[in-house]
Amino acid sequence: MIDQLRVQQPLTKASRKGINSVSLPWSITISYLALMLFLPAAALIAKSVTVGPVDFWRIATSQVALSAYNVTFLTALLAASVNGLMGTLIAWVLVRYKFPGRKLVDAVVDLPFALPTSVAGLVLATVYSEEGWIGQLFAPLGIKIAFTRLGVLVAMIFISLPFVVRTLQPVLQEMEKEIEEAAWSLGASQFQTFRRVLLPPLLPSIFTGLALGFSRAVGEYGSVVIVSSNIPFKDLIAPVLIYQRLEEFDYAGATVIGTVLLFTSLILLLLINSLQRWGSRYAA
Amino acid sequence: MSIVVDNISKQFGSFKALDRVSLEVREGTLVALLGPSGSGKSTLLRVIAGLESPDVGTILIDGRNTTHLNVRKRNVGFVFQHYALFKHLTVRQNVAFGLEIRKHPRRQVKDRVEELLDLVHLRGLGDRYPSQLSGGQRQRVALARSLATRPQVLLLDEPFGALDSKVRKELRAWLRHLHEEVRVTSIIVTHDQEEAMEVADEIVVMNQGRIEQVGTPTQIYDHPATPFVMSFIGPVNVLPNTARLFHDNGLEPLNEEVFVRPHDIHVQTSANGVKATAIVQRIIHLGGEIQVALALTDGQTILANFSREQFDKLKLTYGQQVFVKPKAAKSFPLPKSLL
Repeated sequence: MIDQLRVQQPLTKASRKGINSVSLPWSITISYLALMLFLPAAALIAKSVTVGPVDFWRIATSQVALSAYNVTFLTALLAASVNGLMGTLIAWVLVRYKFPGRKLVDAVVDLPFALPTSVAGLVLATVYSEEGWIGQLFAPLGIKIAFTRLGVLVAMIFISLPFVVRTLQPVLQEMEKEIEEAAWSLGASQFQTFRRVLLPPLLPSIFTGLALGFSRAVGEYGSVVIVSSNIPFKDLIAPVLIYQRLEEFDYAGATVIGTVLLFTSLILLLLINSLQRWGSRYAA
Repeated sequence: MSIVVDNISKQFGSFKALDRVSLEVREGTLVALLGPSGSGKSTLLRVIAGLESPDVGTILIDGRNTTHLNVRKRNVGFVFQHYALFKHLTVRQNVAFGLEIRKHPRRQVKDRVEELLDLVHLRGLGDRYPSQLSGGQRQRVALARSLATRPQVLLLDEPFGALDSKVRKELRAWLRHLHEEVRVTSIIVTHDQEEAMEVADEIVVMNQGRIEQVGTPTQIYDHPATPFVMSFIGPVNVLPNTARLFHDNGLEPLNEEVFVRPHDIHVQTSANGVKATAIVQRIIHLGGEIQVALALTDGQTILANFSREQFDKLKLTYGQQVFVKPKAAKSFPLPKSLL
């Protein structure tokens, strides 16, 4: 109680940036995060280290695990990048273009959020199989999508589609038309205007959307397990590998791979966050 | 460079923004487009800039037909009400933008930018981002940016509209000064008559997509051409010709509507031949001047302005009865449709 009473200092210039002392909102935030995030993560790490450093290293770097990381992270990164491009375009069209059915399209963008991932997997596996609507277009070219790594990519793109669109939309809506007109009046072409004037302020939001989409894709299980063949060294993703380990009652092995996923994701997110900060360096 | 606007019309849906507007702006002058919102003044400016294309009519800049020329080829400087600065670029980069797009040599860009920062008194702030500047400073950056490429004409769309009144007044005086230095043909859009009077060589009063009058500030104020100009420029009392202010004093104006400026109302405390009476309703001190609201016997309320000296002599108080007559009045032939 004494701690909580002591904190009501006047907001001087130095303390305006952040209140250092312990206060009620701060305590609640930290307790909540500890309970919901740090504790489970700590439990995962604690369980994984019970195998000892040698076994940890052996399991973490086994051929099948390495291949699974590769499939998971590279495909997720690729999916996030595709959505970075396409999401920017979609957000642009939704904000700038007036066309019949715009409201409907705007609502449909959220579908991947609402749909159970198993349903998404089912739909994608059907549509992209060799007899499916889209799959049959690619089959004559010798391209198989469902039950390959390409299928994993499609599923990851599908489930992470809304992130960039939704983080970008409000920023685009706020962007004044006058900024573009100013660039034109100074002699800039459409492309120069986009690259030099419109894109830079959008980058932080695009990176935020990328980071969210990437995390979602790395963590995806339900749709990928259906749309891929789950064969090691081919299209097996790390989350499915963990589930396979659990089915074999290899809890320690599962947590070791889980820990590797946890740290890799953390490092990648920190990286994307610093990109985002760099992108918004001019905002005072 | 002179600007000629010839018979321009522009419609947005069913709204006629510009209705056969013609105008000539002489080289090196600063002209104000003045009018209420929706009068078409901003649309006219945007048509001249090429940000809007007219339905009919021609625009000539320096004798060259630019009606269908893309905005980026017109070489016009445009200043927006909300600055429209590039927030991710520093002041220096903002000012350099147009020059870099035109691929001027780096050395030349650098010198020109410094020259402009001097011109707008922002030397030393070149490395700041727009978010670190005040509103007045931002608008000066926008001005420097638009002047960097030495545009043929400078167009300003309510440039001081987003600033507080003190800064606005400072920038007005400064803009006038800048124009004397740079002498680029300029058009400024404003709804503030005081601003137009102070800054412009010539004022174009617009209303409902048409030009009501073109003239110097003095011409516009002293010889308004239409009832609209009379009532839009400066305060005015609008009275019917049947008002007792006229009748009781033996005046019989011919036109139905009569305009009397507040400083043209004569007030005395004893009759002395003045027959119309009024009651002092309100006294408002406006710094140098004092404005008095007077209730006439027929229910009309008129405003009369006095200098401090006049007011002190009269010693008016609330509820006091006074005698009033117009010193000067103006009326206009009625529009044909009403006759």
